[in-house]
Amino acid sequence: MNPDFEELYQQVILDHSKRPRNFGALEDPAVHVDGDNPSCGDEIHLHVRFGDEGQVEDLRFTGVGCAISQASASLMTLKLKGKSKKDALEMLTSFTDVVTAGEHEAPKMLGDLRLLGGVRKFPQRVKCAMLAWRAFEQAMQEASSGKISTE
Amino acid sequence: MTQLSVFINNLLFASAPVHEPIAHSSAQAIMPDPTIHNPSLESYRSDFPILHQEANGGPLVYFDNAATTQKPRAVIDAIVRYYERDNANVHRGLHLLSSRATDAFEGARAKVARYLNAATSEEIIFTRGTTEALNLVANAWGNAYLKQGDVILLTEMEHHSNLVPWQQAAQRTGAVLRFIPLTPSGELDLSQLDKLLTPEVKLLSFTHISNFLGTINPAATLCARARAVGAISVVDAAQSAGHMPLDVQSIGCDFLAFSGHKMCAPTGIGALYGKATVLENTPPWQGGGEMILSVRYESSTYKPAPARFEAGTPNIAGAVGLGAAIDYLESIGRDALRAHDEALAIDAYQRIRALPGYRVVGPTGPRGGLVSFVHESVHPHDLTSYCDQKGLALRGGHHCNQPLMRKLGFPSTSRASFYLYNTAQEINRMIEILAEAHRFFS
Ligand SMILES: Cc1ncc(COP(=O)(O)O)c(C=O)c1O
Repeated sequence: MNPDFEELYQQVILDHSKRPRNFGALEDPAVHVDGDNPSCGDEIHLHVRFGDEGQVEDLRFTGVGCAISQASASLMTLKLKGKSKKDALEMLTSFTDVVTAGEHEAPKMLGDLRLLGGVRKFPQRVKCAMLAWRAFEQAMQEASSGKISTE
Repeated sequence: MTQLSVFINNLLFASAPVHEPIAHSSAQAIMPDPTIHNPSLESYRSDFPILHQEANGGPLVYFDNAATTQKPRAVIDAIVRYYERDNANVHRGLHLLSSRATDAFEGARAKVARYLNAATSEEIIFTRGTTEALNLVANAWGNAYLKQGDVILLTEMEHHSNLVPWQQAAQRTGAVLRFIPLTPSGELDLSQLDKLLTPEVKLLSFTHISNFLGTINPAATLCARARAVGAISVVDAAQSAGHMPLDVQSIGCDFLAFSGHKMCAPTGIGALYGKATVLENTPPWQGGGEMILSVRYESSTYKPAPARFEAGTPNIAGAVGLGAAIDYLESIGRDALRAHDEALAIDAYQRIRALPGYRVVGPTGPRGGLVSFVHESVHPHDLTSYCDQKGLALRGGHHCNQPLMRKLGFPSTSRASFYLYNTAQEINRMIEILAEAHRFFS
């Protein structure tokens, strides 16, 4: 078996895809974004509640799709919960770097998310790893544009 | 069971009532069924240069033939020879090469006509493939004959290319779409035909073999039923043209479309058969060179079929390649192709079904040379990627059948599809790999 494949589909990823953390919806007022990859049918429905300063107070998701897309969403929710707006943005940028460009060492702050760096070797699967993050990016945009209109 | 797998399981296996019987699972032995006669075509395998390579460190097992087939040396050589010796534009030049190119192009048309048992070569229109052929009918015939309140009858198992053009035609003309439903085993529910085939039905278009379920539809019966209410019939033969004998006169269709690339020919060439009496009364679709008799600034007159439907310089080398592919397939014999592909498909169907964790989709048999399947907890994309790592090329996805997959509750499936160069040993290899994948992911 190709070691790159085994590295990508290691236990942590398989575990998160089978037992996703923060799986479900948020009841309270929260930004709700539906993300999908039309070419493969993967779906992520992301609920995020932002604080007054734009910090990520809570986030949950539901979805269907391949192990990479679902594990990425699960790992993302663990990492982003409680992060300031600045840290969340930084994490988004670093993660995008790691799965797309990433020649350099993945930053420590990404923790287990670094495991998804392995998708670089499987270019067709990069969009799977990015799906939840694109939804989060959109949620941040919706939150901040909402804020501007009420200020 | 975990939240996500419950969620996926519900989607996969529990939603539509029609679904349960369509997906089969049982725990029988996974050995080949000795009662299935598998006529070996293995001696032809060496004709395909591309098959003799490694993929991801293992021997390539190419099981994505419903998407496109590989090309034998004879076809590759015919295209090279055409470009090296005969290339010129057709029907125009008064020089040697042009007349050779024209002969090659028209010779290919005659081969297609014979291959389909059309009454004349004039009934064969070259197109880019099935999709363009179906769009041609939906536009040229559809715009001329469909009107408000007419019904376009399709089936629930159509490929997007035999659905979207009709949705567009309905939008343009005010016609409405109706669908023949499926039985629990994944066949057309013909008992609904009486109700569906009302006098408003002007056209019935259906796939001969489903590229997702593998179902073979009773083409002649369907065309006769359409004719009885005065509707024309269109057959999407994309999955049948390279796999079984086809006779447009005994099928009794008005149109039949296929793609060369799914039957050993290059991409970018295919054909539309149209019955002469229907083509005569069908206006052109695209305008341009080759299709006109005389052109004035204000208006033009058009040639008869097939030229009327072939505006612009055609894919001449593609047609030559298609002619060579037809010669090649006929040298093997289409009854042999049919028996071979079906034997592999039934063997694969039964053995995948017997593997722990897997379910197969569609009727047991008779079936076209393909099997769609899912694993109860591994997503088809992960499974298909795993197989790719072992050199096994499958298709994973929605197979351009989104409405049906949605209805059956599959987000996607994996599909193995076979052709003349595939072998029983390759099926054994697939079964091993699928069993390994079950262990890897669980
Ligand atoms: C049943 C069926 N119809 C139509 C098509 C479209 O063929 P093409 O893309 O060659 O035009 C396909 C190919 O995928 C098919 O399987």
